[in-house]
Amino acid sequence: MTFKPISFTLNGSSKAAFATEGQNLLDFLRRAVGDLSPKYGCGQGTCGACTVMIDNVPQLACLVLAESVEGRAVNTAAGLANGPRLDPLQEAFMERFAAQCGYCTAGMLVAARALLDANPRPSREEVIEGISGNLCRCTGYEPIIDAILDVAEGRVQA
Amino acid sequence: MIRGNMVEFRKDIFADERDDNLNEIGKPTRRQDITGHVTGRSPFFDDHLFEGLLHLRCVRSPHHAARIRRIDTSAAQRMPGVMRILTGQDVPVNLNTLLSLLDFGIDDEPILSTERVRYKGEPVAAIIAETEAQARDAVAAVRVEWEVLPHVLDVEEAIKPGAPTVLDIYPGNKFVYHGKYDHQKLRLGDVEAAFREADHVIEGRYQMSPIEQAPIETCGAIAAPEQNGRYVCYTSTQALFFSLGTASKVLATPSSRLHFIGGTVGGGFGGKVDSIHEPLAILGTMLTGRPVKYAWDREEEMQVGAPRGAERWYLKDAVMNDGRILGRKFTGYFDSGAYTRLSSYAIIKGVGHLPGPYTIPNVHADVYCVYTNRTPATAMRGFGITGADFAIEAHMDKVADTIGMNPVELRILNAYRDGDMKAHRRLAKNCALIECCQVVAEKAGVKLSPEMQAASSRVGGGGARAHLPAFTATDEHGRVSGYKATNYARKGAKPPDLPGAPPMAQHVSHQASASAPPAPQHSPATPVPPGPPAPKRAGPIRFSSLSGFRRR
Amino acid sequence: MAVQVQTHSSLIAAQQALGQGGTYLAGGTLVMRGVNAGEVQGVIVRATDPELRRIASTSEGVRIGAGSTMADILASRDLDFLHPVARAIGGPQVRAMATVGGNLFAPHPYGDFTVALIALGARAVLVQGGPRPVEELMRVRARPPLVAAIDVMRPRDMRAFGWLKVSRIKPKGVSVLSIAALLVREGGRVRGARIAFGAMGAHPLRSAGAERALEGQALDATSIARAAQAACLGLEPPTDALASSWYRREVAGVHLRRLLEQMA
Ligand SMILES: Cc1cc2nc3c(=O)[nH]c(=O)nc-3n(C[C@H](O)[C@H](O)[C@H](O)COP(=O)(O)OP(=O)(O)OC[C@H]3O[C@@H](n4cnc5c(N)ncnc54)[C@H](O)[C@@H]3O)c2cc1C
Ligand code: FES
Ligand code: FES
Repeated sequence: MTFKPISFTLNGSSKAAFATEGQNLLDFLRRAVGDLSPKYGCGQGTCGACTVMIDNVPQLACLVLAESVEGRAVNTAAGLANGPRLDPLQEAFMERFAAQCGYCTAGMLVAARALLDANPRPSREEVIEGISGNLCRCTGYEPIIDAILDVAEGRVQA
Repeated sequence: MIRGNMVEFRKDIFADERDDNLNEIGKPTRRQDITGHVTGRSPFFDDHLFEGLLHLRCVRSPHHAARIRRIDTSAAQRMPGVMRILTGQDVPVNLNTLLSLLDFGIDDEPILSTERVRYKGEPVAAIIAETEAQARDAVAAVRVEWEVLPHVLDVEEAIKPGAPTVLDIYPGNKFVYHGKYDHQKLRLGDVEAAFREADHVIEGRYQMSPIEQAPIETCGAIAAPEQNGRYVCYTSTQALFFSLGTASKVLATPSSRLHFIGGTVGGGFGGKVDSIHEPLAILGTMLTGRPVKYAWDREEEMQVGAPRGAERWYLKDAVMNDGRILGRKFTGYFDSGAYTRLSSYAIIKGVGHLPGPYTIPNVHADVYCVYTNRTPATAMRGFGITGADFAIEAHMDKVADTIGMNPVELRILNAYRDGDMKAHRRLAKNCALIECCQVVAEKAGVKLSPEMQAASSRVGGGGARAHLPAFTATDEHGRVSGYKATNYARKGAKPPDLPGAPPMAQHVSHQASASAPPAPQHSPATPVPPGPPAPKRAGPIRFSSLSGFRRR
Repeated sequence: MAVQVQTHSSLIAAQQALGQGGTYLAGGTLVMRGVNAGEVQGVIVRATDPELRRIASTSEGVRIGAGSTMADILASRDLDFLHPVARAIGGPQVRAMATVGGNLFAPHPYGDFTVALIALGARAVLVQGGPRPVEELMRVRARPPLVAAIDVMRPRDMRAFGWLKVSRIKPKGVSVLSIAALLVREGGRVRGARIAFGAMGAHPLRSAGAERALEGQALDATSIARAAQAACLGLEPPTDALASSWYRREVAGVHLRRLLEQMA
């Protein structure tokens, strides 16, 4: 087995670790780097549980070749909070009961953060579109949509 | 604070029966585990890192039914990273039925099949390798010689004479209830008389496909050696002690040596009770001395993860012009797939639910647990009820349509009222269907007649409606012979023609460690809550709940 | 056998590497899925050539680097006519990864963007060899040549181009079928009709039946009805988990009619 050294930034901190050949970013982040916040739900791009940002663009870690993040900036749900201060989206998800089993939540939050970064005042339809790459089997989506709109419309302060 | 604007509480209904001065109920509350969820720190089973973790993947049948002539693992053994290959011979007790922990049903399902496969995707060997990719590659290198057998995928085809037999212990492909009948029976009054008396006899056929629970977290477990000869097992199970008991039985290991950690489940919906992963992960750890992870990928979750089974229902109603339903007859088929898992029990629950929330004086049901060469079925939300309810409510609409009645009013007219006798011989109490119908009609803009608007679950029930019918028609249809509950199911008794049954000594010895409490003979397994004294039972029929085959 | 990744800074070098066999990796939404499942093995070739993601106006129209993602298309004002198409592909994450080049060779039922490219008469610029109509590339999908860019002409009249995708899950969902139509009208009559279907065959293809029914006609109820009727002539839509061949055949004409009515 061959290993490739990879240097990148994770949630603002410099990291270096070894990836195996052909390893995807999800597996690399979880097993080699130890960030367990992105989740495996399919390995096929269909569930969105592995969503991370690469250079501020939301992508599916299970479909990204780990070595392609060399020198780039990766952000995950584990980095959403600023120290003890939670991201307003995290607060809103807690208030709105927007997580039940919690398995989709990390990916959902990253997708939601990406949406609000690009479009701070989305309409309800834009929110639905913004999380359309993320599946949730528990909540029925409505509490998630409400939580994101709460943040967008300034009803939640961090 | 949480805004609870999603639920409307109708406190005007049954206000005198309820104390509204409650601290929690009716008030939105934060989940205690929500902080972990939103910060990505909730510890799901796979969120535990182990140095030297090995990965287990199964070799699976590409056929619906086949005999296994030979499993050749020699090429796979030489593949890079392969640490160990397991086949059925490595599993201490390679035959189980989930409900054996409730003392119900006969062991019928191998952990790794050795002689025959009965559904597509059934595991026959397991590869343990350094990486998941290596395990995958080695799985592809295992050569299995199959002798393809005829298969059957439809419940009614499966019970026809001459259909391929799925499990030899259940000839005719039907589970045997109480050692007596090849189906679960429910009889109240005389439906045939009701059909003769009725203005309309309305029939329907309803079918529900299998439904995959599809949790976003696929099922899996990680096991690792712990101290003092114990093994730790992190699992996605939604039934931790059930999985513990199953692993203890299959591995012939006292449960005190197994340290199960779970409770953080990435969605279960019923699909995470089958305890498939824990025994093999622990066995892998026992045999390699290293931590082992066994988890399904998404494709496996969808293909071999047990769904809610398919159901087919035939309904026949005796209906009067005014909408009263005098009689209802059911024939139901649950598709259990290739093994029993939880289906036999689901049917007991389903039949207890018939004829739906309606007071119908004559009810007849024959419900079959049928084996087919499909993925074994298991629990899903509304266990045993959902398919039956779908059939019943679709049929209610058909009845309403046929007699030209408002479907909501048809339901209110026939709904249980407090004090009514139910088909399974318990009195109905705390009924609320009528009130639900009234609110639904209001929300949906369906106009109800003043009479229906004034109806109440608390009025009009009991009295004559509390009595059991003077006569209940019984029959011996579906009676099986050679299955005496006493000898057939006694502990240690060998079921007839069971292929690949483990040696009995082993079978008995593991029983000693199984954690199932002994079920009392001939008494309902579910305690009956105190209430009004049960009415005198008429005739020879007695309500009996769980008693299927008993092994003790 | 395991996977071996080679990264090249130029497309020429990537092409040479592929000559020895191997799989080209673009956005990876399909190739990585294969790697994860152990189905893609051996050499994987990547290219970091900056040309791959360039979108530039030319005298011929717009040249889209094959490595441009659906999100890149949506960010380009020159390509506004393709925005509805790019927006219909996957969710935000998939759009940020899925490339135009990968879409050309995505198996059924994928390839929605390619459907539009075929209707628009786009040409593929190959790393080796001259440009070829996208439509022609469909026939060499088994061993595709490396594509550097796509040349596509902006329709002179925006109303001449129509696009419709039918899926069971909204807003994101894989195609039951997709339709793109370029109906240039001269003197009120359709000239050089191009109608392409996705998910109605092994790969995106044109509906000769519908095109013939419209050619030289005014776009009215009669010609639209005829085109709808002829939509599936010679087509053999596949059966998959989303829809049966029969279903696709039944509804293709209906959806084509709806699209044409909007364009009329
Ligand atoms: C969840 C999900 C949803 C999706 N939804 C849609 C959808 O709605 N519509 C749709 O059309 N598709 C959809 N797809 C499929 C896929 O994402 C797109 O078709 C995408 O455009 C493929 O591009 P890629 O860059 O990711 O391809 P890759 O996976 O990198 O490559 C795909 C194939 O194309 C070849 N290839 C790539 N680039 C070139 C090139 N320049 N020259 C020659 N060969 C090349 C590769 O070798 C490979 O064979 C979806 C995929 C997922 C996972
Ligand atoms: S695990 Fe990446 S999309 Fe499902
Ligand atoms: S909260 Fe369980 S999948 Fe979304």
